[in-house]
Amino acid sequence: MKVSKMPDFEIVTREDFSDVTYLLEVRHPLMAKAAKPGQFVIVMLHENGERIPLTIADFDREKGTITLVIQAVGKTTRQMQQECQVGTSLYALVGPMGIPSPVSHAKKVVCVGGGLGVAPIYPQARAFKEAGAYVIGVVGFRNKDLVFWDKKFRAVCDEFIICTDDGSAGIKGLVTAGIAQAVEKHADIDEVIAIGPPIMMKGCAEATRPLKIKTMVSLNPVMVDGTGMCGGCRVKIGDQVKFACVDGPDFDGHLVDFDDLLMRLRRYTKEERMALDHWEHEKGCRLQKKISSAVKESARK
Amino acid sequence: MPEQPAAVRARNFEEVACGYHPDDALRESERCLMCPDQPCVSGCPVGINIPGFIQKINQKDLRGAYDILTETSLLPAICGRVCPQENQCEGKCTVGDSLEPVAIGRLERFVGDTAIREGWANIPYIEPSGFKVGIIGSGPAGMACAADMAKAGCDVTVFEAFHQPGGVLKYGIPDFRLPNSVIDAEINNLRKLGVKFQCNTLVGRLFTVEQMTTEMGFDAVFVGVGAGYPTMLGIPGDSLNGVLSANELLTRCNLMRAKEFPNFDTPQPIGKRVAVVGAGNTAMDAMRVSLRLGAEKVYCIYRRSRKEAPARAEEVHHAEEEGVEFHWLTNPVAVLDNGSGGVRGMRCVRMELGEPDESGRRRPVPVPGSEFDFEVDLIVYAIGTNANPIMGQTSKLKLNKWGYIDTDANLATSMAGVFAGGDIVTGAATVIMAMGAGRKAAASMKAYLGIRDPQHPYHSGEDTLFGIDLAEKNFVRVRA
Ligand SMILES: Cc1cc2nc3c(=O)[nH]c(=O)nc-3n(C[C@H](O)[C@H](O)[C@H](O)COP(=O)(O)OP(=O)(O)OC[C@H]3O[C@@H](n4cnc5c(N)ncnc54)[C@H](O)[C@@H]3O)c2cc1C
Ligand SMILES: Cc1cc2nc3c(=O)[nH]c(=O)nc-3n(C[C@H](O)[C@H](O)[C@H](O)COP(=O)(O)OP(=O)(O)OC[C@H]3O[C@@H](n4cnc5c(N)ncnc54)[C@H](O)[C@@H]3O)c2cc1C
Ligand code: SF4
Ligand code: SF4
Ligand code: FES
Repeated sequence: MKVSKMPDFEIVTREDFSDVTYLLEVRHPLMAKAAKPGQFVIVMLHENGERIPLTIADFDREKGTITLVIQAVGKTTRQMQQECQVGTSLYALVGPMGIPSPVSHAKKVVCVGGGLGVAPIYPQARAFKEAGAYVIGVVGFRNKDLVFWDKKFRAVCDEFIICTDDGSAGIKGLVTAGIAQAVEKHADIDEVIAIGPPIMMKGCAEATRPLKIKTMVSLNPVMVDGTGMCGGCRVKIGDQVKFACVDGPDFDGHLVDFDDLLMRLRRYTKEERMALDHWEHEKGCRLQKKISSAVKESARK
Repeated sequence: MPEQPAAVRARNFEEVACGYHPDDALRESERCLMCPDQPCVSGCPVGINIPGFIQKINQKDLRGAYDILTETSLLPAICGRVCPQENQCEGKCTVGDSLEPVAIGRLERFVGDTAIREGWANIPYIEPSGFKVGIIGSGPAGMACAADMAKAGCDVTVFEAFHQPGGVLKYGIPDFRLPNSVIDAEINNLRKLGVKFQCNTLVGRLFTVEQMTTEMGFDAVFVGVGAGYPTMLGIPGDSLNGVLSANELLTRCNLMRAKEFPNFDTPQPIGKRVAVVGAGNTAMDAMRVSLRLGAEKVYCIYRRSRKEAPARAEEVHHAEEEGVEFHWLTNPVAVLDNGSGGVRGMRCVRMELGEPDESGRRRPVPVPGSEFDFEVDLIVYAIGTNANPIMGQTSKLKLNKWGYIDTDANLATSMAGVFAGGDIVTGAATVIMAMGAGRKAAASMKAYLGIRDPQHPYHSGEDTLFGIDLAEKNFVRVRA
């Protein structure tokens, strides 16, 4: 059914950080007012689309916009990369969802972001800075061409460490190398906040476990509604089962069963592949049609 | 009533029961005895004037029948389809003592469908009252409250978290039982009354109930957010891929249209052999959806016996006809791992019925040593739901110990001007109960706002002033 008039979720800015990472700034004044660090939205690109969760990477209360930073990994995120241009609109955008990250009274924190976690760690770093903490930022990229937002981070971090796989920028190694550097220099770190691919968050939690430094992670299981209604996002935290969308998405990294999360993320691998192939096939067909009609057209002339 | 043959329908999403032909309806209406004491009416949670509307059908005055129905029920085409009539109106029907009871639900559906087809809607002349009312949740409770408040002249906005309105009617109950076109028609009638729907709005997080009653200027608010938080069994293997809640299966299939994947992006791969745990309406829907998505074998696993199954009798019967295999008195104890994160099977234990428990039903107890394994690759839990935590997390609304919203007998909550009803107050119930609660809350809301119903004239007596009840909370309110 066509739902009467929906608010228009217009894309007002777009920026491409690399061939896989892009930023969208979307107009939603109410959400810009309500959003807090650690929360996420659910987006539908079009009426037939899937509901996909994305972290609110930034918000501008004056301008009335929220910012999403997206990695093109599968059908939906690739199609968005292609179709979400300035002036177009998303079909659906709901949020802010999840419990805001608790900005504790920690005096010294390390904010770690890797891959798709680099953007969402930014509002947390800023919030800790605003709360008066000493903030050490650690971000990880494959190489220096993929680095983005370093100026933004430097503005809110007392120390900032970039890690690259090949050493082309900052230190060579994974974000855990950055954490190691930070803990070596500072014996009084109260808390580590890590956002990124599950395997990275697992690494961070393992790195801090022996040091007994509280480590918060933001979990990203597959979601449908994001309102606590389907249970698809369930995660194991200690001996309990929690729904990441309403009980999280932030949890104590030392209690998270990451292997369970990793396994559950593979739930739809086959179908994800099918969706992507189907879309690329359709795209090919449309292109083919365009070409053949152009050929016909020119033949007619 | 004509139905699609089981073998055909079990593989499509078209409606199972095709509905009455006018002649069938006429014939059925003749079976009603017009009992003066109207036992059927006492069985209907909202007290529809059943003999009244049946008599109009009998007089071939369908418009008249529709008018009588809509005095009480907002959604005849929906309730006629999904009410558990055998426990309600039809369960009390005098004819049922010796023969099949009068098919009240089917007649109601017939009138409701006719109204949709003919485009009837009872849109009264509405005088604006100047009050602004906010409704949270667009399920049957929210829809009913919205309709009554709009008719009372209020400016009504319904906020819905999903991208489409309708609540469980849309995301839960499948098309073959309740087609989307029927829900959309009823929602359009609400729009004609001036009700605005705002989807993609998660109340509590985007703005709070407190904000609604203060800065957003809502004079009264109704909370009808349902109780959709699914329960998992808590047995070993619960988190394996291939174990999911019925809500997830149904939402993927109905709302997100996974049945049309990959033309729609949301997938729902179905196993060859599917076990559904539970025997309520949700379980029946999950089984029948699994069949339609292509499962070869679908099993129903239920720890009590058929007699205790909470689903509508018709749904159990339909599921049986379509080839679902029922395993009564069977309880799962573990999900078996296939070694790569998926499901290989299920370990169950046989049960027997012991002493009655608090619910009055005989408590099932495991038979020692009766454990057995069987092969399945998808397991669906339909074992009940709990209150959703978002309203509690984000407001001062008083909750009871199970997390449901606490209300008084008039459905007023602990916050002035905020009312609640439907599943979020009672726990999972029925469409007609939720609708009844929405209407009851609307009546309380009108009293609170000081909106008088022309049908209930001013009265005189000790506790009144100028004919207005002093107990009316909003006694001093002057209309804007
Ligand atoms: C709370 C939350 C916040 C998120 N924030 C962001 C964000 O800010 N930016 C961003 O780019 N992505 C974020 N994600 C992940 C994002 O939702 C997925 O990348 C997206 O759903 C993939 O959709 P797709 O159709 O493009 O790919 P699919 O075809 O569905 O999947 C392609 C690949 O992505 C992986 N994948 C699928 N779903 C997820 C998931 N939920 N998390 C991680 N990997 C997944 C699959 O394993 C597969 O390998 C977040 C997820 C959650 C739950
Ligand atoms: C699969 C299934 C089959 C059923 N079959 C039958 C049947 O045959 N007969 C029968 O009588 N009953 C049946 N029921 C039960 C019946 O559907 C429910 O009792 C009824 O829908 C409850 O109505 P409600 O208005 O209280 O809530 P719901 O219908 O649950 O609607 C609540 C709405 O509120 C929205 N919402 C939740 N939180 C928020 C928020 N914070 N902000 C905004 N919106 C929010 C939800 O998205 C939802 O749309 C069935 C239930 C299920 C799940
Ligand atoms: S609303 Fe339900 S219970 Fe009442 S008369 Fe109609 S079918 Fe029967
Ligand atoms: S009890 Fe049955 S026969 Fe009697 S009035 Fe009601 S529907 Fe008709
Ligand atoms: S996404 Fe459905 S319960 Fe969390």
